[in-house]
Amino acid sequence: MTPLTGYLLLSALLFSIGLAGALTRRNAILVLIGIELMLNAANLNFIAFWRYGPHPEALTGILFTIFSISIAAAEAAVGLGIILAVYRHHKTIDLDHINTLKG
Amino acid sequence: MHATFFILAALTIAGASAAMGLRNLIHCVLALTLGFVGLALLYLSLGAQFVGFTQILVYVGAIAILAVFAIMMTRSAGPHPQPALSAFWITGCVIAGATFAVLAWAIIRSNIATPTSAQPAVSTNQIGDALMHSFALPLEIMGLLLTAALIGAVIIAMPQNRSSK
Amino acid sequence: MTWILPNLWLIPALPILAAGIIALTKRPHGSLATALAIGSMSVSFLLSVVAFTHTLSIGHGNNIKEAFNLDWFQFGSDWVRIGWLLSPLTVVMLLMVTFVGLLIFIYSIGYMERDENFTRFFCFLALFAGAMLGVIIANSLLLLFMCWEIVGLTSYLLIGFWYANPAAAAAAKKAFLVTRIGDIGLFLGIAWLYHQTGTLLFYDHGAGCLEPSALNALVSHTTILGLTASTGIGILIFCGAAGKSGQFPLHVWLPDAMEGPTPVSALIHAATMVAAGVFLVARVYPLMSAHVANVLTPSIALQVITWIGALTALFGALIAVAQFDIKRILAYSTISQLGYMMMGLGVGGVPVGMFHLITHAFFKALLFLGAGSVIHGSNGEQDIRHMGGLRRFMPLTFATYAVGMLALCGFPLFFSGFWSKDEILHAAYDWPLSHTPFYMGAIGALLTAFYMTRQICYVFAAASRKPLPTHSFLHDDYDSAAAYHEGPPHESPSVMTVPLIILAVCAILLGFIGAPSWPWFQDFLEDKYAVLNLSAFGGNGILPVMLSSSALVFIGLAFGWILYGRKITHSEQPDALQQIQPHTFSVLHHAFYIDKLYTHTIVRLNTLLSHVADKLDRWFFNSIVQAISYLVLGLAYTDNFVDTHFVNAGFDEGCTTVSRSAKLLAYLQHGRIQNYLRYVGLAFFLAAALLLWRAKA
Repeated sequence: MTPLTGYLLLSALLFSIGLAGALTRRNAILVLIGIELMLNAANLNFIAFWRYGPHPEALTGILFTIFSISIAAAEAAVGLGIILAVYRHHKTIDLDHINTLKG
Repeated sequence: MHATFFILAALTIAGASAAMGLRNLIHCVLALTLGFVGLALLYLSLGAQFVGFTQILVYVGAIAILAVFAIMMTRSAGPHPQPALSAFWITGCVIAGATFAVLAWAIIRSNIATPTSAQPAVSTNQIGDALMHSFALPLEIMGLLLTAALIGAVIIAMPQNRSSK
Repeated sequence: MTWILPNLWLIPALPILAAGIIALTKRPHGSLATALAIGSMSVSFLLSVVAFTHTLSIGHGNNIKEAFNLDWFQFGSDWVRIGWLLSPLTVVMLLMVTFVGLLIFIYSIGYMERDENFTRFFCFLALFAGAMLGVIIANSLLLLFMCWEIVGLTSYLLIGFWYANPAAAAAAKKAFLVTRIGDIGLFLGIAWLYHQTGTLLFYDHGAGCLEPSALNALVSHTTILGLTASTGIGILIFCGAAGKSGQFPLHVWLPDAMEGPTPVSALIHAATMVAAGVFLVARVYPLMSAHVANVLTPSIALQVITWIGALTALFGALIAVAQFDIKRILAYSTISQLGYMMMGLGVGGVPVGMFHLITHAFFKALLFLGAGSVIHGSNGEQDIRHMGGLRRFMPLTFATYAVGMLALCGFPLFFSGFWSKDEILHAAYDWPLSHTPFYMGAIGALLTAFYMTRQICYVFAAASRKPLPTHSFLHDDYDSAAAYHEGPPHESPSVMTVPLIILAVCAILLGFIGAPSWPWFQDFLEDKYAVLNLSAFGGNGILPVMLSSSALVFIGLAFGWILYGRKITHSEQPDALQQIQPHTFSVLHHAFYIDKLYTHTIVRLNTLLSHVADKLDRWFFNSIVQAISYLVLGLAYTDNFVDTHFVNAGFDEGCTTVSRSAKLLAYLQHGRIQNYLRYVGLAFFLAAALLLWRAKA
């Protein structure tokens, strides 16, 4: 098993854990955290591919990860803001009870 | 190298698993912080120091704390404790497991050959150069996005009745 | 080209325009209608005079057939062209029609003054006059035919003017239908002519259908029965002329047409319209007379015209002998005289026939207007047996009527009828084929003198035989409704008598323009110089014919006087002729039972056929239609069944499926975000697994 494969498998496992959390937890904050985990798994992929890719001097992977982290920060800020707003409206953040987004 | 990887990987997985599995929300966030730190260390071991420190700054320093604040603000109405092995939980885990299986299958099957190149030396200076030259436009857009997200988050989180007063 | 030729169309257009305006005015505006009708007629008359002087000034010897043609509309690749023609024949007819028409219009003011439909009457009269003038000036058989049909229409409208009277309505229908029979022939002739020559213009600088090139083509073209095309077309056109002019087989409508107001009878059914047939034959005379070169006998078409004309002349005169209605006598007399005109055309050519047409128009209009005056004066009475002694009550009418009567009889030397009729007889005498038409005409002349004497004796001589007012109207008549006030017979107002006097003067004088010594009229029509030549009486067998016809007239007058003069004492007394020959008189009185014959043959056949058609319609076609409708209904029921049980069910099933799947989809979309994410994850798993598995395989 090459190092890259190991990193990729780690990334996949991390992604699956994030997904499992997003799918199973009822708390909106934890769902958001799961999604953050999935994003981090992707970031790990970028870095691994940059490190073991054919052109490590190009810096693309690093810069992509930096942007990704920035977006994640923005996403987290907005997402938590939404959660607060939802909480204020529904008095709950249990996703089972927040089901108005339907046809 | 291998040992470092495995230790850090185990740390990260443990943190992530705990973050997703624990009942206490505060514990969850703390476990998550552990996972983020593990990831940051992995970045460092991969030679991406800047990214690693950014990871610690943003995730551990900002997002985790933000999550803690959010949890504390909504604590009173936390969801009811759910049974450990509900059908909902099992199906979610099965889907996640299946996804992992597929991904792992793909990764192992593809069997990418990796050149054992020397660790590239990336200075912060170089990154700054790139950001200011070839990635100037994405940087500007990112700044715009962050500004918009800042304002948007404030507006969304702002109590509605304040504007009506 | 002078001013009159391109503007000749104004002559018919003005009365038609007047008719249109009158039709739009309100009923009480009688004086406006009168002014318009008479004004337009006067202008037309003046224009006719202008046209006449123009033709006269061109001088004899030149070819005075000026045509003005214009394109009307395109028909396939051919232009249909119409136009008008300025020729001696045209101007003579124009003068006659506008002049007589004008006098009759004036007369009508007096005659119709109290009729409630006064304006309608003048509208029809003006329309008739315009259409008749259109017939006269037309240089295209098509234009002529169109005006011809308008003339027929106005005739119908005017005969049925008192449409509330069933007899008038029936007479109008009869006139229309019978003339239509002739018009079918005319129309076929027109179509044939167009087929053969490709043009309907009479004169078109050598390309018209009456000009030598077309005629030669027609003559050389032989059709069925060995007749040339010109003969066939000529006979067909003569059918139309016979219908209009009341020639023998189609004469039946003319006596019944006397149901119309008397000015109508005078204008339409004596002077102008019935002359239209004669005019038509005169107009297409080159076609009628066309025959193969080197053959000296007249063409077959002319022979037919001659025989029909002679037969009609004798026939009408015979029937007129035994009639009691003052207008019917004149009607049969008109038929007889029209027969003379046709015979004149056949044996002597255009000038002979046309001369009699013109003179006849004046004296017959005079007679009819005189009869109208008599009817007007004797309070609506039309039966001559109930008149008598009117000479004393209406001297002016009597005097003018006598002039007309003598002109009609052909009283020698001083009256126009003598010259014109004598000319016909003379031409008939010289006819190369047979002398029979001459004898028929001569007998007709004798009878004419006889029946006119009889009539005048009945009406004006002896004492009044006016019956009691209780059964005063033998002839249920709306005629001269104005005159239904009791009292002794009286003279008519001057608005009626003045036209009578003018017509009487014309009836005398007109004869001299066509007398053998100075045949100006004939030469005018034939583009020759007229020369005063008294010795013409002596030459060419004119004198014997003249003498013999004079003798015949005197015999007729004498017979009439012997039988009827001063011997009629009361109205129930049988006719003198009836006493001598009751059976013959009965046959003549019923007009040879021709109406009855038609009723029992043609009308009955027609009725039978219509019954057959009705039955066919009811039982055969109706059942077919029923069957088809049932078939359609059956199809509709089947369709409905299929629709209800298969198509509808299919649609219902489809709708149910759609709605069920929609419910399923709606269940999937339940608003729980995590479940959506599950679907995404599941889908990713499935898609990735499929891809990987395929890649592996």
